[in-house]
Amino acid sequence: MTSPDTAPPTPTFPAGGEQEPFQLLAPDGTATQPDALPDPDTRLRLYRHMRRIRHFDERAWVLYRTGRLGVFPPYGGMEASQVGTAAALGPGDWLFPTYRDTGAALTHGLPVAQTLAYWRTSPHGWAMPQDLKVLPFYIPIATQYPHAVGAALAEKRKGTRNVALAYIGDGGSSEGDFHEALNFAGALTVPCVFILQNNGWAISVPTRTQTRAVNLARRADGYGIPGVRVDGNDVLATYVVTRGAVTRARDGGGPTLIETVTYRVKPHTLADDPSRYRTDADNLGWAEKDPILRLRTHLLGEGLLTEDADAALTREIEAEFEAALKEADGYPEPTPAEILDHVFAEPTPQLRRQRAQIEAEEGT
Amino acid sequence: MTATATPTKTMTMVAAINDALALALEADETVHVFGEDVGVMGGVFRATDGLQARFGAERVFDTPLAEAGIVGMGIGMGLAGLKPVAEIQFAGFLYPALDQVLSHLGRYRHRTRGRYHLPMVIRAPYGGGVHTPEQHADSPEAILAHTPGVKVVIPSTPADAKGLLLAAIQDPDPVFFLEAIKLYRSVKGEVPEGHYTVPLGQARVVTQGDDVTVICYGGMVEVAQKAAEAARPHGIGVEVIDLRTLVPLDTETVLASVRKTGRAVVVSEAPRTNGFHSEISATIAEEAIDFLRAPIRRVTGFDAPYPPFTSVEDVYRPSPVRVARAIREVMGY
Ligand SMILES: Cc1ncc(C[n+]2csc(CCOP(=O)(O)OP(=O)(O)O)c2C)c(N)n1
Repeated sequence: MTSPDTAPPTPTFPAGGEQEPFQLLAPDGTATQPDALPDPDTRLRLYRHMRRIRHFDERAWVLYRTGRLGVFPPYGGMEASQVGTAAALGPGDWLFPTYRDTGAALTHGLPVAQTLAYWRTSPHGWAMPQDLKVLPFYIPIATQYPHAVGAALAEKRKGTRNVALAYIGDGGSSEGDFHEALNFAGALTVPCVFILQNNGWAISVPTRTQTRAVNLARRADGYGIPGVRVDGNDVLATYVVTRGAVTRARDGGGPTLIETVTYRVKPHTLADDPSRYRTDADNLGWAEKDPILRLRTHLLGEGLLTEDADAALTREIEAEFEAALKEADGYPEPTPAEILDHVFAEPTPQLRRQRAQIEAEEGT
Repeated sequence: MTATATPTKTMTMVAAINDALALALEADETVHVFGEDVGVMGGVFRATDGLQARFGAERVFDTPLAEAGIVGMGIGMGLAGLKPVAEIQFAGFLYPALDQVLSHLGRYRHRTRGRYHLPMVIRAPYGGGVHTPEQHADSPEAILAHTPGVKVVIPSTPADAKGLLLAAIQDPDPVFFLEAIKLYRSVKGEVPEGHYTVPLGQARVVTQGDDVTVICYGGMVEVAQKAAEAARPHGIGVEVIDLRTLVPLDTETVLASVRKTGRAVVVSEAPRTNGFHSEISATIAEEAIDFLRAPIRRVTGFDAPYPPFTSVEDVYRPSPVRVARAIREVMGY
């Protein structure tokens, strides 16, 4: 679970219409606005989160190749976008992730073993933790946005200071649900933060084919809410902007749309072949924008990180993952009748009969 | 099918669908093929592979990611004289477009007393058996078949897929064309070359038999065939009927067979309660009850979402073993 740091000074957002994404660290790791950086502990915490979720993404690839994981949508290269946003939440806040947001869910506190189990299609991964407000990864596109508005409204009605944060892709922002959610959120002034991860692609469709709009944050204008464009490969910028939006929502200021401008370096899922729809030219330059390298260079330069400490972090992350993998390996396979569990609070007579049928036929 | 003399080619179902789309695009310039990822990529299952390169990006194009937009826009295109052939990436992702389907797709002819009609085809992969993630394996055919004014076609062989799709595109009314994901590449068959149609509303007798009729469609046809084969050594003659189209439904073929065998098993992978299989069962009960020697059996999915748990997915989807068990039960009644 993330522990909220001492709140940085409320940043001044760039206006929603601004073309250039808000940035604090240049790709080479130099601070473009040194005064606006989060404190050193926060910077280190964000670095640790990014390293941790990249390790998961890389190990997921290997596990998939060896048949130990099912379909997995990778997020490698988008760590700053996921960590910078999720780490801005407090423990009482809601997270509504899409299938691509495993990294965000891990950052918010979803345990590694359970996350692995989810992508192994084990019921142990589908049972969401009681002490964490995170929903299962949404497979249908955009449907989570209105849910986040409802959760935010509920928190407001209950008089808490909790907020809801939801993710969507550039493709997903074409769906009606996206627009309805933004409009509701504005009209009802709910404490909701909408993250639009613009990673350039919706499977094979580039953003320029998806929409005529070039600045997706400006969609917020149509609903009377602030829209901010941020460099999604700059975790400090992403964090500071999201943190500001979360604080504003907590204080009753209403929703914000944040477009994180990033790139899907990896395939859509590990079964996808991007060479069918994109060229090397499309990918050009994105390797240099690696969010982890960027922050690492900055931290080393500032003396906040040493090579030794970095190596120790690697060992710690690997150990955590291997322990979690072992735990997930130990989860038993579901029994056949489990496919009928949890349809209703009380099974209908039909479901009872169907369960008896499965038990008789499958011998369980 | 009137293709006995034409040369044939062995191909998969997805290749046959691609062939049909190419022929339709070639024959009629009002035909437009569109949807998510159908253009540059050729569809996630490659059903539209190469079509954009051949027919141009005006007639074969990628749409924004919005199913209500795809169906709604297609409705307007159809009303105004084009032939929209839309793809919904998976039938389970049709749901955002259900307002357009339920409120509009099937109603235009009726609500304008024939002034407007809607020659639209919506293709969508459906069904399970290939370990897809959550919601990718849904079988929503009953929702569609329950919508007045909408036709529903579900092929089970490559040759049928091609001929039925060409018939659907020629049809003056809206047609849902559901393609079993499991069959896309797992079955190959002889497919006649060139243009031909398989008329909508005619079931196919897959195997002949005197003892029990198994009624099925789409991905369940091969399952029923396996069960029929397993029954043969036991001296049980199974007549397998592939409906091919749910709307219009060929009740005559179904009833003639049930009147002959006196026993009926209906198979589908959709949830059990209120499924299209229930409609078949009710029709048999209404029209042929006097001929029945055993209660009608349904072999179906369950009243739960299609399971996301790979290791037990096969429990949900009817297997040859479950169909064979139902056959034994009606035989032993
Ligand atoms: C309602 C719906 N339609 C279609 C799909 C199939 N699909 C899965 S991911 C995807 C592309 C999503 O692109 P984007 O929203 O940009 O997110 P990204 O995958 O880039 O993170 C599509 C079309 C789906 N899951 N849900």
